This record gives sequence, C-alpha cells and structure tokens, in this order.
Amino acid sequence: MTLNGWLQIILVLGLVLVSVRPLGLYMARVFEGQKTFLSPVLSPLEHGFYVLAGVKPDKEQGWLSYTLAMIVFSLAGFASLYAILRLQAYLPWNPQGFDNLPPDLAFNTAISFLTNTNWQAYSGETTMSNGSAMLGLTVHNFLSAATGIALALAVTRAFARASASTLGNFWVDVTRATLYVLLPISILLALVFVFTGSPQTLLGSVDATTLEGAKQTIALGPVASEEAIKQFGTNGGGFFNTNSAHPFENASALANYLQIWSMIVLSTALLITFGKMVGSERQGWALVSVVGVFVIVGIGAVYAAEAWGNPILNALGVDPTLGNMEGKEIRFGEAMTAMFAVVTTGLSCGAVNAMHDSLMPLGGMVTLFMIQLGEVLPGGVGSGLYGLIVFAILAVFIAGLMVGRTPEFLGKKIEAREIKLAMLAVLILPLSMLSFSAVAAVLPSVVATLGNAGPHGLTEILYAYSSATGNNGSAFAGLNANTPWWNTTLAIAMVLGRFAYVVPVMAIAGSIVTKKRASASAGTFPTDRSLFVGLLVGVILIVGGLQFFPALALGPIVEHVLMLSSKTF
Amino acid sequence: MSLSNMSHDAKPMKLLDGGILATAAIDAFKKLNPRELARNPVIFVTEVVAALVTLLWAKDLANGSGTPVFSGQIAAWLWFTVLFATFAEAIAEGRGKAQAASLRATRSDAEAKLLTDGTAKGYPGKAWKTISALNLKVGDIVLVEPGDLIPSDGEIIEGVASVNESAITGESAPVIREAGGDRSAVTGGTTVLSDWIKVRITAAPGSTFIDRMIALVEGAERQKTPNELALSVLLAGLTLIFLIAVVTLYGLAEYSNTALSVVVLVALLVTLIPTTIGGLLSAIGIAGMDRLIRFNVLATSGRAVEAAGDVDTLLLDKTGTITFGNRMASEFIPVEGVTPRSLAETVLMSSLADQTPEGRSIVALARSEYGLIEPDLTGKQAEIIPFAAQTRMSGIDVDGRSIRKGAVDQVLRFVGLESASAPSDFRASVDRISRSGGTPLAVAENGRLMGLIHLKDVVKPGIKERFAALRAMGIKTVMITGDNPLTAAAIATEAGVDDFLAEATPEDKLRFIRKEQTGGRLVAMCGDGTNDAPALAQADVGVAMQTGTQAAREAGNMVDLDSDPTKLIEIVEIGKQLLMTRGSLTTFSIANDVAKYFAILPALFIVTYPELGALNVMHLASPQSAILSAVIFNALIIIALIPLALRGVRYRPVGAAALLGRNLAIYGVGGLIVPFIGIKAIDLLVAALHLV
Amino acid sequence: MLTHLRPALVLLALFTVLTGVIYPLLITAIAQATMPYQANGSLIVSKGTVLGSTLIGQNFTDAKYFQPRPSATNTPDPKDATKTIDAPYNAANSSGSNLGPTSQALVDRVKAAIEAKRAAGVSGPVPADAVLTSASGLDPDISPENALSQVPTVAKARGLDQDKLRALVESQIQTRLMGIIGEPHVNVLKLNLALDGLS
Repeated sequence: MTLNGWLQIILVLGLVLVSVRPLGLYMARVFEGQKTFLSPVLSPLEHGFYVLAGVKPDKEQGWLSYTLAMIVFSLAGFASLYAILRLQAYLPWNPQGFDNLPPDLAFNTAISFLTNTNWQAYSGETTMSNGSAMLGLTVHNFLSAATGIALALAVTRAFARASASTLGNFWVDVTRATLYVLLPISILLALVFVFTGSPQTLLGSVDATTLEGAKQTIALGPVASEEAIKQFGTNGGGFFNTNSAHPFENASALANYLQIWSMIVLSTALLITFGKMVGSERQGWALVSVVGVFVIVGIGAVYAAEAWGNPILNALGVDPTLGNMEGKEIRFGEAMTAMFAVVTTGLSCGAVNAMHDSLMPLGGMVTLFMIQLGEVLPGGVGSGLYGLIVFAILAVFIAGLMVGRTPEFLGKKIEAREIKLAMLAVLILPLSMLSFSAVAAVLPSVVATLGNAGPHGLTEILYAYSSATGNNGSAFAGLNANTPWWNTTLAIAMVLGRFAYVVPVMAIAGSIVTKKRASASAGTFPTDRSLFVGLLVGVILIVGGLQFFPALALGPIVEHVLMLSSKTF
Repeated sequence: MSLSNMSHDAKPMKLLDGGILATAAIDAFKKLNPRELARNPVIFVTEVVAALVTLLWAKDLANGSGTPVFSGQIAAWLWFTVLFATFAEAIAEGRGKAQAASLRATRSDAEAKLLTDGTAKGYPGKAWKTISALNLKVGDIVLVEPGDLIPSDGEIIEGVASVNESAITGESAPVIREAGGDRSAVTGGTTVLSDWIKVRITAAPGSTFIDRMIALVEGAERQKTPNELALSVLLAGLTLIFLIAVVTLYGLAEYSNTALSVVVLVALLVTLIPTTIGGLLSAIGIAGMDRLIRFNVLATSGRAVEAAGDVDTLLLDKTGTITFGNRMASEFIPVEGVTPRSLAETVLMSSLADQTPEGRSIVALARSEYGLIEPDLTGKQAEIIPFAAQTRMSGIDVDGRSIRKGAVDQVLRFVGLESASAPSDFRASVDRISRSGGTPLAVAENGRLMGLIHLKDVVKPGIKERFAALRAMGIKTVMITGDNPLTAAAIATEAGVDDFLAEATPEDKLRFIRKEQTGGRLVAMCGDGTNDAPALAQADVGVAMQTGTQAAREAGNMVDLDSDPTKLIEIVEIGKQLLMTRGSLTTFSIANDVAKYFAILPALFIVTYPELGALNVMHLASPQSAILSAVIFNALIIIALIPLALRGVRYRPVGAAALLGRNLAIYGVGGLIVPFIGIKAIDLLVAALHLV
Repeated sequence: MLTHLRPALVLLALFTVLTGVIYPLLITAIAQATMPYQANGSLIVSKGTVLGSTLIGQNFTDAKYFQPRPSATNTPDPKDATKTIDAPYNAANSSGSNLGPTSQALVDRVKAAIEAKRAAGVSGPVPADAVLTSASGLDPDISPENALSQVPTVAKARGLDQDKLRALVESQIQTRLMGIIGEPHVNVLKLNLALDGLS
C-alpha cells in the first residue's frame, strides 16, 4: 500500500461526499413533486407520458397496488427484452450480423437486466448486436434503476408519512426517476466518457493493421451511452466482455475515477434523499456513515491483500512491487482497483475493472462478502436503501429492547409484523445463495464448468449465486456460465433476490405508513448518532454475514492458508 | 410504607428456593412434550435434533460402528440444553404457582347469604337464603355480616363495614368500605370484621378478581406479549438462517471431499441458533410479571407491563403522590408588635383541640420550632369552637381568651377590620404566601390580629430526584391538581414536574391524555375514583388503586394492591427491565456465535484442510473435544443465566444512548469474549477427564 | 392487474424510444460532431491505414519491439467451433485469464514466462506486469520498470544505443495526473511507433 494510493481513494471518496448532498436534495424535490430547474423542459414531456399511458399522477397507490404495478411493469419489460434478444438477427443495428440468442441465454439475460443484476453469461462484443444493446439492454439499464428508485421512495414515504395508507404512484415515480434523474446525468456522463476515450458509433468494428502487419479487429459500438447508465444506474452490464477493465469502457485513470464516482453517487445520494424526506437529514448521513465504515474497511482489506502480491508467484521471481497484477490493468493500479472492486460489490453494480477471479483469496473474499451482506453498502440504486432499512429495522429492534422500550424507527413502532417481514426478506439471501451453491457444488456437471480447481472453484460457485441473488452481476468469470444449468438457476436466484426480497419489504412499508408517529424523548434511542451507526454495522455483520462464515471458510479462507503453504490446484 | 422511603421494596422472595427447584425439575421434564415446545421454535428445533442424534447414537451402539462415546455425549448435552430451557421456564412459573396456591387457599367457596328482597332498605334480619358462592349471578344482592367471607366481587349498595383484605393485599390492617363514593368496591375472598353490608355481585364465578389473580400469577393464560412475539419471530428467523447455513455446509464440504457427519452438523447448528435467549425467553416474561406481583401490582396482561416500559408521559395526582395529602404549617408570621413566641403560643392554644392534620401540624411546628409544650386543659373551662363552613374559622375560648384562626377575610371581619385597613406587613405576607402556592391562616386573639400561619402543601422528600430520574429516562411527568394555576405552578416548580394540569376535571384529564396520545406519546396514570375510570381506560397504562371503586378497577389495566400512586415509577422501571433483559440476552446469545465458529469450524475440516487449524485460536485439544466443549458451553450458559433472567437486567435511569452503550458493552462485548474463555475451560476439563 | 397493463405497456414503449433510440443516437450525434477521434475508437491512422487504437494493446512478438503484457484473449478454434485457441490481443473478444491465485496453470504459465525473460537476459525480480496477464487482455500499457527492463533486448535487436533507447522510454512515461491520479505507465503502441520513427 502506498500513500499515493490512499490519497487517490480519499480523493474519490471526497468527490462522492461533496456530491451526494446536492443530488440527494435534488431528488427529494423531484419526488416530492416540487419544481426543479429542469421542470420547464421535462414537465410537458412527463405529463405527455402520463396522458398517453392513462396515468393519473395524483392518484396514489397502497403498497399492494404499487408492488403489483412494479411486477406488471417488470413482466412487460421481461417479455419485450426476451423478444428482442431472441429476434436480434431480424432487428436493426446489427452490423456484425450476430445470431439470435438461444432460449436459456435470452431468458437469463432478460431476467438479469430486468432485475438490475446485469449478470452476463455471454461475451458482449461477440454476442450482442448494437440494436440489442440500445433497444434492450440500455433501456432496461434505465428502467430497472428507475424501478429500484421508485421502490425505495415508496419505503421512504412509509416513514415520512404518518397514519396514511398510500405510498405514492409507481408510474409517476418511475417516470420522474428516469426523466429527471437518470437521463440528464447519463447524457452528461456519456459525453464525458466519450471525452475520456469511450467510442460512440453505430459501427460494429474496425480492422487495423498492426505494426507487425497482423490484422486486428477492434470491436466498437455505442459504448459511452451504455456505459453512463450502466454505472450511474448500478447496472454493471458491460458493453464488452471484460466490462470496465476494457480500455474502451474505462480508458484512463481519470475515467476510472468517474466510473467509481458515477456508480456510487446515486445510491448514496438516495440515503440523503431518504433523510430529507423523513425530516432528518442527519438520519441520512448516519446511513451514509454505516456504508462508509464498510466501504473504507473493505477497500483497506482488498488493497492490502492485493498490494501484497501472490507469494507463490513472488517466490518464482516476480517483483512484488506492483502487487498482484494478474487480471488487473496497469493504468488503474492496485489502490483504484481495490476501490472499484469494493464499491462495485458493496453496490449491486457488478461492473469490474479487474478480473475478480484472479484477486487474492482474501481480496476476493471481501468482494464476495460485500455481496453476501445483502447489497446494502450502499447497494443498488434504490434496492440498497430499502435493504439498509430492513437492517436498520432489525438493529432498532434489538437496540430498542436493550434500552427497555418498544423499538421504534423514526417514530414508527417496530412490531412483530415488521420483524416477521424483515426476517423473511433477509432469509431470502442465504436461502438462495447457499442452497443453490450447495447443490451446484455436488453436481459433477457443474463442477466441470469451473475455471479453477480446489477451494477457488468453490468460491466461483458461491460468488456466482451470491452475485445473482444480490443482483450484483459481477463474476468470478472463470466459470463457464453459459450452460442451461447456470442460465436457469442463476435466473431464479436473480428473481428471488429482487422480487422475493422486495415484496416483504413493500409489505413492511405498507404497514409502517399506517402507523402514527411516536414523538421522540430522552428514552427514545436516537438513530442518527454514532452509537446507532456502530450497532447497525454490527447487525449487518451478524444477521447478514455470520451465516456465510462456514462457506467462506471452505472457500477463500482455506485457499488463503493453503496459498501460504504454497499449495496449488 | 413509610413516607420518607420513596422507592418501594418488593416483597422479599428468595431467587431460588428449594421447594420451587424440586418442582421445577419435575416440570422441566413434563415440558419436553413437543406439542408444548413447538411454541418455542429455537428449543423445539433443539429437541428435534437431540432426538435425531439420540437415534444415531443408538444405531452406532447397535452396529458397533461410528463413535458412540462421542455421539452419546453430544446427544446427552443436547437433551440437557432442552431441559435447561424448560427448567428455566418451570422455575419462573414455580414462583408464581407458589403464590397462586396461597391465593387459592383463600378463594371463597363459601356460602353466600342471598337476599330474598334486594330492594328493601335497612338490615334485612334473616330475610336471606344460603346458596353456594359458586351459584351467584351478576346482579345478585347478598348480605355480608361480621366474620363472613365476601362471596364474590361486588359493590356495596348499603351499609358500611371494616374489611380485612389481607388475603389479596397482604396488609392486615382493616379498611373501611361503604356504600356510595369511591370506597364501595369489595373483593371476593376478603372478610368483613364488623357491621354489615349489602353487596351487589359484579363478577361471575370464575372471573372474580382473585380468580384472575390466580390465573395471572400461575401464567395459565400467558400469551406472548407483542414484543415477545416480535422477538420470537426474530429468533425463529435466525434459527432458519443458521439451519440453511448448516444444511448447505454438507454440500459445500462434499465439494471439498469432506463427508460431514450428522452429529457434528447438529452440534454446529445447535451452538449457532440462539438457544440461550430462546431457552430463557418465556422465563424472562414470567419473571417480569412476577416482579410486578411482588410489588403488589397486578397487571391484567403482559401487554400492559410492556406498555409501562414505553410510557412517555406520567400523569400523577398532586395530593398523596407528589405532596403529602394535607397542608402543613411551615411558619408563623406575627404582625408588628407581636413576638413570634407569643404568636406561637397563641396558635398552639388555638389548635389544641384541632384534630385535623393541619391542626396537628400547627401543634407540631409550635413544639419543634419554639420548644413549647402543650398546656394542660383539664379542669379548665374551655369551649372548643369547631370549624364551620359558615364561619370558616375554628378556635377556643379558655381562661378568658378567645382565640380564632381561619380564612384571612373571615378573621379580619372577626376583628372588625376591612382587608384594606389591615396592617401592611400582614397584607404583604398574605400575598407572599398565596403566590407561593400556600394557604394563609389568620390568627386573632380577643379581637386583636396576631399574625399568620403559613400552611403549605409539602412536597414529599426525594420526589424531585425521582422526577429528575424520570426525565433522564425520557418520561415527562404531569401533575394533576384541583388547585388554581398559581398554586399549581408553585408546587410544580417545587416538585420538579415538567407540566401540570390545574383545576383539572375528569374531562380535562381525559382530554389531556387524548392530546398526548395523538402526539404519539404513551400515557400512564393512576386513579381510584369512579370519575377516573374513563381516563384510566383511555391511558395506555392505567393503574387503579385497590381501594378504589369497582369501575376504576375494571377500567385500568393494572391494580395496585397497596394503593400507592407513586408506584407508577417502579412499574415503568419493571416494564423497561423486562424488555432490556430480553434485548441484552439476545445480543449475548448472538455474539456467542463468533467463538463457537472458531471452536467448531477448524474441527470439522481438520482432516481435509489441516491448514484451517489456524482458526483454532483457542488451541482446543482435539476436534471432538472442541465440538463437545462448544455444545456443553451452549447448554451450561442457559443454566448460568437463569438467575439473571429471573432477576432482570439492572435498569438505570439514564438516557437511552447511555443505556444502550452500557448494555452493548456488557452483553455484546461480553458475549463475544465469555464463550472463548468458557469453551477453553470446558475443553481443558474434557481433555483432562478423557471424555472423548 | 389489468389496470396496470396500459401504463406498463405504454410507458415501456415510450421509454424504449426515449432511452433506447433517442438517447444513444443523440449521444452519437454529439460525440461524432464534437469528439470524432474518441468516438471512433482513438484510432491511429497513417496514410489511410488504421494502425490500431491508442487505447487497445497490440500483440508484439518481434524482439525489435517492446513487448506488451501477456494477453489471455482467445478466438474460436477454426477447426472446432466449440473450442478456443489462444489469440493474444484479440480486440474483438476481450478476456482475462480468470486464473485464481492457487491455480497450477497460473504458476506453470508464470514459470514459463519468467524462464523466457531469464533467457532474454533479464535478471533479478521480473516486473509483475511482464508475466501476468491483464484484465481485458487488451491492456495498452506496461509499467515503466517493465519497459526499462526490455531496453537491452530491444537495443540489441535494433542495434541501438541503450542510453538513447532508455531516454526514449523515459520520454514516453505517462506520469500521474496532477501527481496523484493514476499510475505511471508506458503506452506500448506509442512507444513502438516512436521507436520505428527513431530508427
């Protein structure tokens, strides 16, 4: 680890911290229906959409109707995306003439983009036409992020309102999220990414003649426009196979800064939006602090593990100064690779600027663990916020008991119903992540698809199901995931992670919104102070993480100790 | 209870007593019935896997295969884990049962004298027939005469009697019960000592006060309270999560060429699921109720006890709670030309025959402040002038002295002065006393104005500190008084309450409670009169005084058998303590898991990955002893924590954040560390005894 | 459910047009108009021939050139489409090796690469990026240490003065932006182009 490395990390974190407040407060205005500086341009467009879609923007929905709207919208999105992928050969913008996707891959990919996972069982530049990338993937990068934001807003309103019954209007929230938040910033980001070097063309590729006279086909496409929303919407599905490690997606150290900033800023700003809308910006900052603790400790752990280098290779004569460079790019360096890896897994982004499969055992474990903790650090756009609130509810419950008061969070009493639903949601994660892994680990046909043997192979399996369930989308990419088994089971895991999680969460929102707000007193445990931050960190670790310890022991932890004794597989 | 001792002591009861322990040990086995245990998912799961391991052990024994010595011990300790949990519950219940037994002994299965004509007035003579108390119907009117047990709960419609209520309150001094007013309720099972009363029965057999009390202390109708329910859900969820983690570990280990035996997986599961809090949860709840009962407070539901912990606003009647019931003389203020001593001598004389509390306090002040002794009136021609509503004065005529004391305007008129022409120092003193919330009494002798007695509402000593403590707990205290706002404000300041409701009518009280509740605050109050009933019912925690009316007792959700309104404060603390004990033990239980991982995981994989021995930070002797030690620790910790569960975590009146910090440090950090030490110690023992 | 159908379908259609067609085309139009160099892939064109992209690494095998990092990219085997064969710097199919730290294949590969370096006369610790594959398989850069360690080999192959060559390499080192951002690196294609210009 170097001082300059930490300086860079601090620089990006600082950039994030100064931008989350304005963005968070802007979003609070947008979703409270107030005028913003973009309203003169966007308001007519917005209302035009409502008229065409038959949406009455003032008619609010209860939790069930809101959730149902989200599910119908997702189903429609799935159908359209599946159709596009299955028919891409007949659709426009297919300069390379790529074939239609097979059913299992199309199914997996449609689910993947719909759930904001962006798991890619395929290699982008050899599978996906520009048309599919634009009409299908880019659209769902916007809409899955907007859906996440909408759900988070519904949960936010549950705490912001007292003795109410409705949580907002799903269609309005999705429309506003797309028009006022995602689209304007994506336009700016896309142009900045072009400036740093990302191509933006409708051409499929260009042929070059190298200095040694060989032919090199260079894949191109509308990269920047997809890149912007891929990062900003924490989607993570790359235009190219190697995602943000590809020089066209992430051309320079500066581009890398913006990539990290753009993927973490929206999820973090939503925490401020939450605070603002529930009437306590401090509460938002407390949640930001929780995220900060994990992210900074995580970065430190990955940075330390990677900068140390691989002792087995170092023993062969490799210079350890640069650290473990397998699967990493020179222009980013260890510090900014570690930061990218932790941020993308703490978020449910899943973009990668290094191959996580080649991370050191403990470095890889941290990224895996960040996902397993439930994608709340700060998690996907929207999904991170509501996931964090689920943990906050559990933390408040335990804290409330310990101070001798019926627990309340932001004045709302937390009772058996909320705990039941919160546990139901939290349960989904180990159920999907561990159960699928345990079955896959004993199937010889699945083990055959692994890219590495020994404990590292087990980690590949764990990572795949954790990533899918957490709607992350990054991979220990050595495993060949484009098989019917993987395509099907991972799709199920993605659906469970998104929908089986969010339905109980919305039910919590539906129950919370009806409660009256208890007033705070000295006997109420304050949830915007450092003690709560510490407690929430503990609850996330214990309720969210303790159950994964045996699995981690058999994967990365044992790989680490084996590596120390120079065992290879 | 002595007035100076403001905090209340519970009736002493040994935490664990031999008889209760013996009964509890037997009950612990009875409670193994899976149908009953299913209410407690954590312990139920433990029982199921204990049975499973027992079967495997039997199979090992029969086939002569496997490691029966090891699996047998694991099975045994799993059963102990379940038994310790049921034992904890049995102990907690045992204490209630002992109390119930003594209550049941006094329950009235006596006979009742059912009046043939309930409407006739006056002593009915023999106009009644004997029926069994069990056949009484609501609305029946019975006669109760000296020596009779009152057959059921009811209301006196005629007569007055002294009643021994020791059966329910434990207090042997008789109390007066009379028709009309706030002391008309009688309780079945109590005994009339003198005089006769006609009682209209208000409770059906089986649902009398004593019946409910027995049911409560026995925990027969115990339902999970809301917070307990929520916690159970959390624990069940954690159990499921760890069940998933352990079951899937089988597959993950298979990938790593490790065949895990069911016995060790079960050991891992049981040590990870929150058996500590799961085993103690119901004991904590029962013990909380029990603590309340030992404070002589009966809660009609556990929900009420929990609500007490949540109270934000405490409504307290001024009289009797914040101040002593009566005004007391605090100073004598002579007018110019009268020496303090001669004024004191005069007022002493005036109050000699005055047996009101105020009168007695004047005598006491004259004696203590001026060293006067009471003159002997025997043999003297003395005429006592009692207080009369018309004159609003009292006094004495003796030895040619005519002394009067009373309301200022009356005494001035008595001495022939207009209030404007009274001496200016006198008027100033009257003003000062009024402003301070006190009552001035003027004194005159033989037509001459002598001075003033300052009668003061005396705030109970120590009450201010208690209110400060409540404030630290986040509870707002509100004083209810019929006084005018000026007086009320003065007393409120002196007592240190946060707010007051002056000139309060019952409707005002009700309105105030509703307002607080609309603001999201929980309100507790106590009351005894019939006109308190609506407010008691409206309050989240309504404590009715045992001496109060039937209506009040029905409306509240707690009854204080000692009829001591200051007990509300303890009730709140008990409620908080109940929740805190649950929360702290939950934290402890979950924090334990970390050490258990370090004990068991390296042991599970030692064959395939000896390198994982690096996780064996406790340097446990062997894989089997590591697993066994963790299981033993897991069982013993339940036993070790039973006293804490019964006694409750200590409550301190500090802010929530400080309280949480403290409990996290003790039970969170402690929960991380203790098992490391415990498991290591047990492992040393297991190895030394060659148990595996 | 049915009441939600119309908004779902209509909004999906509207957003597909807005974010799937208008948005990317708008960005394309602006990018092509204002930043055509980047928008078309930062290509180096010499006399009408595309020599490559400054952002995409090229394969160099000739000792006359500075060698890039090893690349793990591949291409479908022309003999059997279900298999792949190694194809370093295949810019149509980016890929990392995805070998884990305890992979025997990784150890074997690195051992061979180090032996090759030793054969080429490199002594002492071998710069990590000289033997470890990049994430994209298309990394255009190498570390300054790696570039400098190749100076003797290239000088010998080209018959150039080592000091002159070292100076060329040093002139090609891209330092950190503002002294903080990024890591020092050398773009291999640019270095080799400059090398060709030098000769």
